[in-house]
Parts: sequence; C-alpha cells; structure tokens
Amino acid sequence: MQVRRRRFIQAGIAGAALLALARWVDQPLAAATNYRFLDARGVKSVGALVPVVLAGTLPTDESARRAAVDEVVAAFDRAVAGLAIPVQQEIGELFSFLHTPPLRLAFAGLWSPLEESTPQQIVEFLVRWRDSPFDLQRASYRALTQLIQAAWYGNNHSWAAIGYPGPPAVG
Amino acid sequence: MAVRDPIREGLASGWKVTDAATLERDMDLETDVVVIGSGAGGGVTAESLAAAGLDVVIVEEGPLASSTDFHMREREAYPQLYQESSARQTADKSITILQGRCVGGGTTVNWTSSFRTPARTLAHWKDAIGLKRTGAQELDPWFARMEERLAIAPWAVAPNENNDILRRGCAKLGYAHGAIARNVKNCANLGYCGMGCPINAKQSMLVTTIPAALSRGARLVQRARVTRLVIDGDRVVACEAAGVAANGARPGETRVRIRARHFVLAAGGTGSPAILIRSDAPDPNVLVGRRTFLHPTMVSAAIMPQRVDGHAGAPQSIYSDHFLDNAPLDGPAGFKLESGPTHPVLVGITLPGFGEDHSGWMKKFPSVQVVIALLRDGFHRESGGGRVTLASDGTPVLDYSMTAYLWEGARRAYLAMAEIQFAAGAQSVMPAHENAKGYSNLKEAREGINALPMRALAARVVSAHVMGGCAMGPDARRAVVDEDGRHHHLGNVSVHDGSVFPTSIAANPQLSIYALAARSSALLAKSLR
Repeated sequence: MQVRRRRFIQAGIAGAALLALARWVDQPLAAATNYRFLDARGVKSVGALVPVVLAGTLPTDESARRAAVDEVVAAFDRAVAGLAIPVQQEIGELFSFLHTPPLRLAFAGLWSPLEESTPQQIVEFLVRWRDSPFDLQRASYRALTQLIQAAWYGNNHSWAAIGYPGPPAVG
Repeated sequence: MAVRDPIREGLASGWKVTDAATLERDMDLETDVVVIGSGAGGGVTAESLAAAGLDVVIVEEGPLASSTDFHMREREAYPQLYQESSARQTADKSITILQGRCVGGGTTVNWTSSFRTPARTLAHWKDAIGLKRTGAQELDPWFARMEERLAIAPWAVAPNENNDILRRGCAKLGYAHGAIARNVKNCANLGYCGMGCPINAKQSMLVTTIPAALSRGARLVQRARVTRLVIDGDRVVACEAAGVAANGARPGETRVRIRARHFVLAAGGTGSPAILIRSDAPDPNVLVGRRTFLHPTMVSAAIMPQRVDGHAGAPQSIYSDHFLDNAPLDGPAGFKLESGPTHPVLVGITLPGFGEDHSGWMKKFPSVQVVIALLRDGFHRESGGGRVTLASDGTPVLDYSMTAYLWEGARRAYLAMAEIQFAAGAQSVMPAHENAKGYSNLKEAREGINALPMRALAARVVSAHVMGGCAMGPDARRAVVDEDGRHHHLGNVSVHDGSVFPTSIAANPQLSIYALAARSSALLAKSLR
C-alpha cells in the first residue's frame, strides 16, 4: 500500500543512489544543542550560507549582524522541523551530501566545507545549482535560499530595512 | 475595544472539543456521521447535518486556533495554520502549495475571494464530462443560500493600490475586469486574511458553520489525522485517527477510533484521496488521486514609482477574466488574473535570486506590486492534472507535471502581467523565475520573457487551490463519487470537498465547494433521517 518515494530528489535513479551513498558514508550526528533538526555541522553550513544569501540586508554593525545570522539559523532549523517527515529526511540527505568531501566536490564544486569557503565560492556554488540541468540541484538551490529568506523576513528585525511597518494594531 | 472571540466563548459555554495531541489514552467514539476535515466542505456539512438533528463528530488534522491566536505574523501563522508550514510542495519540488491545516481549513487562511462556478466550467462538466444535475440552474439556489449564509457580497470599499494597479492596467488596455465578492462582515480592510482574521470579520467556517454545529451538540476532535477507514465489504465501520504534534509533522501515540453510520470525507484535494488510498478503498478503475488540479499560478512583481503597501487592505478585490473568456476551452491555456498580497515572507520567497539582487528588490518593498495568473487546468487533453500518492510515512504527495501546454500558457501569462503592470506605470517588472531580471520597459520584458526557459524549478509556480482526485460523475467507470458526493463503491461514504471537481474551477473555488457541499449534505441528511 505504501508507495515509497523520494520527494526531495527527483534526479532519477542516479541521483537517488548518490544521496543514498551520501547517507551511507555520512551518518548525521544528533541535533545540536538547542536545535531540533540541524546537527553541529549543519549549523555551521547554514551559518555560512546566510551572509551570502542575505547580502545587502543584514545589519552592518558586527554584533547585531552576528546575532541576526544566529537567529536566521535557528529559524531555519525550526522551519525544517515543521516540514513533513519525509521532506526532513531529504533535507538531511542534502546536508550529508554537502558534508561528504568527494560528493561535495563533484556535485557542489566545493573543495572545502561551506564554512571554510569564501563568499565568492558560495555565490558560484549557488549559481551553479540554480542553473543546473538537474532537478535535484535546482530544487536544492531553491530549498536553501528560500528557507533562509523566509527565516529572515519572518523576523521583525528585518522589517525596518525594507520599510515594512509591521502588522497594524487591532482591538 | 477588545475583539470578541467566538471560539473561546463557545469553549467556555461547554462545546465538546477534544485535542487528540494531548490525549493520554486511546479514545472510542460513536456517532451518526463523522465529518473528516473542517474546511469549506466539512464546515458546511457539519452545520447542515447537525441542524437536521444528526449526531456529528468533526475530525480535523490542524489545531483549533481563533482570533485571540491570530497575531498577523507570518512566522507564527504559517507553521500554525498551514500544511507543512506553507512549504508543501509537489513531488518534484517545483510547485509550492498553500493549503490550510487548522479548524476552518483553507477558509481560515484564504483571501476571501468568492466566485460562483463559471458557467463555462459547468457547461464543460455537462457536455464533456457527462454530469447531469450540476448545471447553473441546479446550483444557483445553493450558491444563493451560501452567499447569504456567509455574507458573500461585492466589496464596496475601494481596492487597495496593489489591486487598483491591476484595475488601471486592465482598463488602459481594454481588458475586461471586475470587483471580487468577499465573505466578510464589518471588515476593517486590514489585509491579513492569510494569517487568520484577527477580528472575525471573515466569514470563514471557523466563525460560522463550525460554531453553529458545535452549539447544536456536534463534537470536534482537533489535531487528529485520520489514518484510515476500516472497511468491511462495501461499508465503512469506523475511522481511525492519530494525534498530531504541535507543528503537524509527527503523529502522536494515541489513537481515536470512531464508529458511525456514515463517513464524509472533506479533507481537501490531497487529503481525501490520501485517506481512500491508505484505506485500500475499492478503486477498480484506478481513479482515486488521479486528475488532481492546481490552477498553477504564475507571479509577476513590479516596482511602482509610488507606494503600494500591498500588505494593507483586502488582499484580492479586483480580477480580470479577459484571458479566460477570450480563449476556447480546447485551445491554449487560459488564465485568471488577480493580485497577490505583499507580506515580507511571501515576497521574500517569491522574488527569485539571492544576495544583492534579491535584497535590492526587498529594499523597495513598499513599492512592490504583485499580479498573479491562475492557469485553468483540466479542460484540455494536454492538461490531465497530477496524481496523489503516499510518502513513506503515509502522508500525501502530489505528483504534478507542468506540460508543454501549460508552460506555453505560463509564458503568455508572464507577458500579459508585464504588459498590464507597465500600462499602470511600473518602473520595473520581474516575473518570478530564476533566470528573470527586472525589465525596465515592455519591449525589454517581452524579449526577456520570450527567452526564459520554461521548465520545472526555473519558473516559481505556486498553487492555493488543490482540486480533483475524487472526481464526481454518474459513471462508476469514470468517477469516484456520484453527483451527490456518494462513493460509487462504498455505501456509507461521501466526499464533500474540492476533490470532487472533475476539472479545475477556473476561479477561486471556495464558493463552488460551499454550494456542492450544501446540496450533498441536504440530500445526505434526508437519507439518514
């Protein structure tokens, strides 16, 4: 009765096999302290993506900026924890992929982990995935950027910079 | 003045409501009718059956949240009130589906747009699908009844600037357009319908039919996901549900089992087919979950020279059917044009790109205007819809591929929206497409849009209208239920929601669901008394 399918990964059998491989060689760690989904490496990876994806809109003051990045990573984590269980598994596979050096190099074009890559390298990686012929990579690009954008623009600290006054008072 | 909360008041008055997520032990119930889902179909059904004196248990997957809980914040509302935190997607991740998951279902979070089923849609159902009793003549009294019940009326207040730009652009180009009727009473024109109405102005199921049913003694089991119907021969003897944790992702340990004389599925366009599939319900012609439609929706953002503030004011008050009415049903895909509200998360995830390109647009947020185009799917042989299947945990997944036919319509929709936005004075127009950029005039937009690769995960396609999957029709070889919503193979099962539509509606579907559910419920009540 149960039809098993990979929801995140529609790159055909090859893509599914690769992700299974990533999962096999890279067992995710337990969720990091205070996180529901991300493990310690995932926290670092998302933390490296945030300043690139949100370039031009984060606070310029260094401590406010660091706090904002941390809040986005935490909101990213909460958002993933609210997705369907199979989708969470698929996003887990995506992170395994990014944490497994040979696969990361072959399919993300990154020698180093995200947190050791330069912003320019991360931009190039995201553009490669955005314009990829493979659904898997385009879907992954969209998931990473949209989760980060939603995490930031749902945060009232982002609103002043874009001129959104916040919800009106009622009652 | 504090806002009255009819749900809190009702609970205080002794409504019988159970939260399955916090049950400490399994629960067994017995009733006349179980209504699975509390959205447009379930709400109308529950009120109708309860008013007829039947004992009703409503089972809802989402929480019972009410105006006191509605703070007009996307960060709270999306995880609380939507399926998968409003990030539900089709199987290939290419279409984002906005679906309610709360008491009141989609009606708690929709944008209040109310249209009778278009005459051409009903004519197609009669001529091409073979429906015999679902024409305008038969449905008109039910539309009128539901319009009265839910205060559906033309919106007399001036449209907000976001909608007025659509109006002005259409007027300038000679495209027919009109004002949208809305289901509201004493609406304060706040603009936050999508996050739950904080003042109970929206006449959703949450503040109308559900309270009416509960006040008549109906019971509500919230945060309970129906896992399966227990089938014995050609009848269902019980349904089983599991508690759902706060964020809706993980089922809990406790079980609710409800025995009843009759079972009404009203879990929506993915939910109802999924329950039938999980239950191994008879489906000899392999129809359940097939022909599921979405109104795949294309988005075009513009930057205007003036402030738009599309987060304030009724989200949708103007529409244009120019590109539906002037297109034959068997010709290229037609589309309905409406506006889309601008809230920070919605805009943030809809505008393509990242980094400085993206934040540059976000900094012009108050001047951003949004037009959307809902593609009419299901009428053409190259638009057969998607298919609902089950994920590894039994939750529904919709496999929906945009065909070349729909992509062609999507490109024309981008062109039409850009034309309208420039006609209304836009400085820059950008389709929601990964490879688009802001175009500064119509000529540039046409060249750019004509060069865009129209493929999955390049265009950002969204849907707020899941329809079909349990199609109605007189012929059991071609339909899952008959025109009264009665299952063709299970004697005591009905479907009362948008999944019975044999095609898309080609308009926002809530009023179509209300009217059909009202008719089906009246007949069902008569047969059960």
